[in-house]
Amino acid sequence: MKEIVAIIRPEKLEEVKNALEAAGCHGMTVTEVRGRGRQLGITESYRGRDYRIDLLPKTKIEIVVNDEDVDTVVETIVKSAQTGDIGDGKIFISGVDEVVRIRTGESGKKAV
Amino acid sequence: MDAVLNSGDTAWMLVSTALVMLMTVPGVALFYGGLTKKENVLNTMFLSLIAFAVTSIIWVLYGYQFAFGADIMGFIGSPVNLLMNGVGVNTAAALAPTIPDFLYIAFQLTFAAITVALISGAVVERMKFSAWLAFIVLWVSLVYVPVAHWVWGGGFLAQLGALDFAGGTVVHINSGVAALALVYLIGKRKDTRLLPHNLGYSVIGASLLWFGWFGFNAGSALTAGGLAASAFLVTNTAAAAGMVSWVIMDYLKVGKPTVLGGISGAVAGLVAITPAAGFVTVPAALIIGLVTSVISYLAVSYLKPRLGYDDALDVFGIHGMSGIWGSVATGLFAAPFINELGTGLIYGNPGQLTAQVIAVAVVAAYSFVVTLIIGKLLDFTVGLRVSSKEEIEGLDTHLHEETGYRI
Repeated sequence: MKEIVAIIRPEKLEEVKNALEAAGCHGMTVTEVRGRGRQLGITESYRGRDYRIDLLPKTKIEIVVNDEDVDTVVETIVKSAQTGDIGDGKIFISGVDEVVRIRTGESGKKAV
Repeated sequence: MDAVLNSGDTAWMLVSTALVMLMTVPGVALFYGGLTKKENVLNTMFLSLIAFAVTSIIWVLYGYQFAFGADIMGFIGSPVNLLMNGVGVNTAAALAPTIPDFLYIAFQLTFAAITVALISGAVVERMKFSAWLAFIVLWVSLVYVPVAHWVWGGGFLAQLGALDFAGGTVVHINSGVAALALVYLIGKRKDTRLLPHNLGYSVIGASLLWFGWFGFNAGSALTAGGLAASAFLVTNTAAAAGMVSWVIMDYLKVGKPTVLGGISGAVAGLVAITPAAGFVTVPAALIIGLVTSVISYLAVSYLKPRLGYDDALDVFGIHGMSGIWGSVATGLFAAPFINELGTGLIYGNPGQLTAQVIAVAVVAAYSFVVTLIIGKLLDFTVGLRVSSKEEIEGLDTHLHEETGYRI
C-alpha cells in the first residue's frame, strides 16, 4: 500500500478530482495549505507599495492506494493538474504499513 | 426673537445625524478592520466602537457645553447645561435656529466620535486597550473640544473668518496630525507591512463612509435646502474624482488599478471636500478631488517610507494631508454665489486664503503638541504599548480572549 500526496494548484482541484473519479479512484483527503517551491512567491501591491507574498495557497490531496494502482493515480494527477508553468506542484509517494477501516475493523488491502 | 423649529430641517438633521453615526459604527470599524492582520481584526474594530461610546458619554456630560457654550475670550465655551440640565425639548439650537438644541448636540456628538475613531487607524496592532480608553477621554476633552470651539463654536478662528464647512480642520487635520504625534511616541510595529486580511470589509466600510458622508457634509448645512443639496453634489463629485485620480496614480506607478487604491482615493476626495462642501462649485469639487488623491498618494507611498513613521493605516497620509489640501482649497475656491459667507482667492479675496492657512497651522500645531503631551503622560502611567509577545501573537486573543475567525 502506498500513500500519494499531491500538492497542486487550488484551481485545479475540481479537474483532478473528476479525472481521479473517472479513473476509478474515489477516496481522498483534501486540505488547503500554503507553501512554496521554485515559484517562490508573487507580488501584491497595496497603497503604492509592493510586497512579496512568499507562501502561496496550494491544495494538498492525500490518497492511499494498493501498489498496483499507484502508476494510474499518479499519471492521472499529473495529466489533470498540469499547466506547464512554474507552480504546478509536486507528488510524493511513500509506503503505508497498515490501513484499518473504522466502521468494520477490517484491515489490509480490503480496507484501502 | 422667538425661533421657530422647522420640521423639514429637523427631519433632515435627524437623518443626517444617524448617517454620520454610520460612518464610525460600522464604517471606520470595517474600513480599518479589513486592513489589519486577522489576529487583530476584533481589536481594530473595537477601537472605533469604544471611541464612539466613550465620546458619546463625554459629549452629553460636559463636552458639548465646553465646545459650544457662549464664547469665553475666543478659547472655550462657557459650560452651562452640564449633563444637559436646562436644555428644553423645544429649545432651538443657538447655532442652528430651526432645529432643536438636542438635535444639534447629537449631530455634533457624531463628529467628535468619528474624529477620535479615525486616529485609531494609526496605532492599531500595538496599542494597549486601557491606554486607548484613557486617550479617548483626554483627547476629546483637551484637543477636540477646544478646537471645535475655535472653529465652530464662535472661538478665535471663527472670528478670524476661517471657513470649515464640515470638519476639514476640526475633524481631519486634527485627527491626522494627532495620529502622527501618537505613532511617534508608540513606535513602529514589528511587522509594518500593509497586507489586508479581508479587503472586502474595507470596501464595505469605505462605501458606508461615502454614504454617511452625505449626512456629514450636506447635514452641515443645518437646514434642508439648496445649500445642503449643493454640498451633497460637490461631496459626491469630489469622492468620485478622488477615486478616479488614485486609480490613475496606481496605473502610473504599479501598472495595475487596485481596489484599495480606489477606496482610498474616494475617502481622500471626501476628506478634501469636507471643509469646502458648502462653499464651492461642482467644477471646483472636481479639481479638489483630482488633486487630493495625488497629494495623499505621494504622502503614503513616498513621504511615509522616507520619514519612517509607522502610521499603520495612513491616517495622516489620507486624513491629515487631504484635510490640509481641502482647507487651503476652500480659501482658493469659495464662491460667494454658493454661500455668502465665503469668498475665495479666485473670486478676488486673498484674505480668505490667509485665514485658511492660519487655521490649518494653528489646529495642526495645537493637536500635535497636546497629543504628544497626552501620549507621553499615558506612556509614563498605563503604558501605550502591548508586550512584544502580545503583539506577535495578536491582540484579539491576548486583550479580549476572542478570535475573529474560528477555522
